[in-house]
Amino acid sequence: MSQGPVMDAGEDHAISWRRIAAMIERYWYLLRSSWPRLLELIYWPAVQMMMWGFLQLYIGQNAGYFARAGGTFIGAVLLWDILFRGQLGFSVSFLEEMWSRNLANLMMSPLKPIEFVLAMMAMSIVRLLIGMIPVSLLALGFFGFNLYGMGLALAAFFLNLILTSWAVGIFVSGVIMRNGLGAENLAWTIMFLLMPLTCVYYPVAVLPPWLQMVAWSLPPTYVFEGMRALLIDHVFRADLMVQAFFMNLVLFGAGVAGFLLLLRSARRHGSLMQMGE
Amino acid sequence: MTVPAIAVEQLVKIYQRGTAVDGISFALPVGSITGLLGGNGAGKTTTIAMIMGLLTPTSGAVRVLGADMSSQRYRVLHRMNFESPYVEMPMRLTVRQNLTIFGRLYGVAGLADRIAALAEELDLMDLLDRPGGKLSSGQKTRVSLAKALINRPEVLLLDEPTASLDPDTADWVRASLERYRSARGATILLASHNMSEVERLCERVIIMKKGRIEDDGTPAALLARYGRQTLEEVFLDVARGRTGIQVAP
Repeated sequence: MSQGPVMDAGEDHAISWRRIAAMIERYWYLLRSSWPRLLELIYWPAVQMMMWGFLQLYIGQNAGYFARAGGTFIGAVLLWDILFRGQLGFSVSFLEEMWSRNLANLMMSPLKPIEFVLAMMAMSIVRLLIGMIPVSLLALGFFGFNLYGMGLALAAFFLNLILTSWAVGIFVSGVIMRNGLGAENLAWTIMFLLMPLTCVYYPVAVLPPWLQMVAWSLPPTYVFEGMRALLIDHVFRADLMVQAFFMNLVLFGAGVAGFLLLLRSARRHGSLMQMGE
Repeated sequence: MTVPAIAVEQLVKIYQRGTAVDGISFALPVGSITGLLGGNGAGKTTTIAMIMGLLTPTSGAVRVLGADMSSQRYRVLHRMNFESPYVEMPMRLTVRQNLTIFGRLYGVAGLADRIAALAEELDLMDLLDRPGGKLSSGQKTRVSLAKALINRPEVLLLDEPTASLDPDTADWVRASLERYRSARGATILLASHNMSEVERLCERVIIMKKGRIEDDGTPAALLARYGRQTLEEVFLDVARGRTGIQVAP
């Protein structure tokens, strides 16, 4: 019999990019094996964007303020999708393991939890880009809204929104791992709790004062306010982006810590076994 | 002194609903093949899950190839593997894709050759490019076995590896396991309800009941102790609370 497998040096603590790449490859195989799933990545964001785009067109023809605020609805819907689809892209990769009852195979392989998380983060970007790029081009074609015209501001918006989406996605995956597929609905709905509070389509000033405090405790609020400042006043609010970034670092750290605690709890309660007995 | 492949010391697992494993201890020497026998709820799967590190013991310790599984599991996970019909692989991936991904997770060198060799050995050549969801249960078991052997594990844990297989396929799987064990010198721990399987494969049998080890010995010693012809009769004696007839060694 030949020798056993060749291993990475420093197996115990080192993160293995080879294993992360293997997991990304696996999710890519899964994604491309189902055209309805690929289509779904584009379909719903496109429908949303078209609906809000035409609504904005209608209102803009009848109200001076909205005529000035060109593209805020379309911009909001596209940025909202980064937040929502980013989290969903992360959570769906995790759910794939639960649906196929494969989690035990992964959890007893040399794949470390942090590598698993990094692979799902990478995959959420892949899924997001598959949906966002065609939809952003549709927005340009139909409404003349150039998302990429935001330039560096778009990079700041994207970074902050994807960090929030990962933080929430990691935590939700931990909850599903601990509690099983009974908690699956959380993955599909949790972001909608944030939608009214993060002021996606309206300024924070619209909210009652006590709710404004809640809104300002959520990083995406800073992004949507920043987007309105950019599109309406043509000002890039770097201060808002920096504040959101530091809040996101805390939120992301909390998400990872929550995931690790839930993993530990899942190991104690037998949630990872998903087999026999 | 040689380090055992698997050492379980005073292992306890208590859930809210009750005690699943109640203070068991055993050590399996390198290269041995041991059967973990017991009825439903005896604690076999829970024990195997704790050995794999999927489940944290309430108390006690598990060491695999000298590594404490509560704190050093990543030192040895690449030298272990496991197979269970209750754990599946993504159905939309082909067999080759599944084996490739697991091969990469385990850091297998010469992966394409390894997959080809396993396909040959486990008669998977015609299935390699077929999605996992389009396989029969016997074919799925062979694929799971290929996944379990992809890294040439030194320690192989099997949870009812032939459950729901027809006798021919089950016999075929057992023969593959015997070949692997003798070629690799691997240590195998096998949880099973199937007495003939345990009798054929195992040189030692640990019988569990209600989370405890009720008996432990070679199949021949157990047959002699209970004055029975088959392990099935021994199993029924243990399950129904009839104690073994002690004979002089």
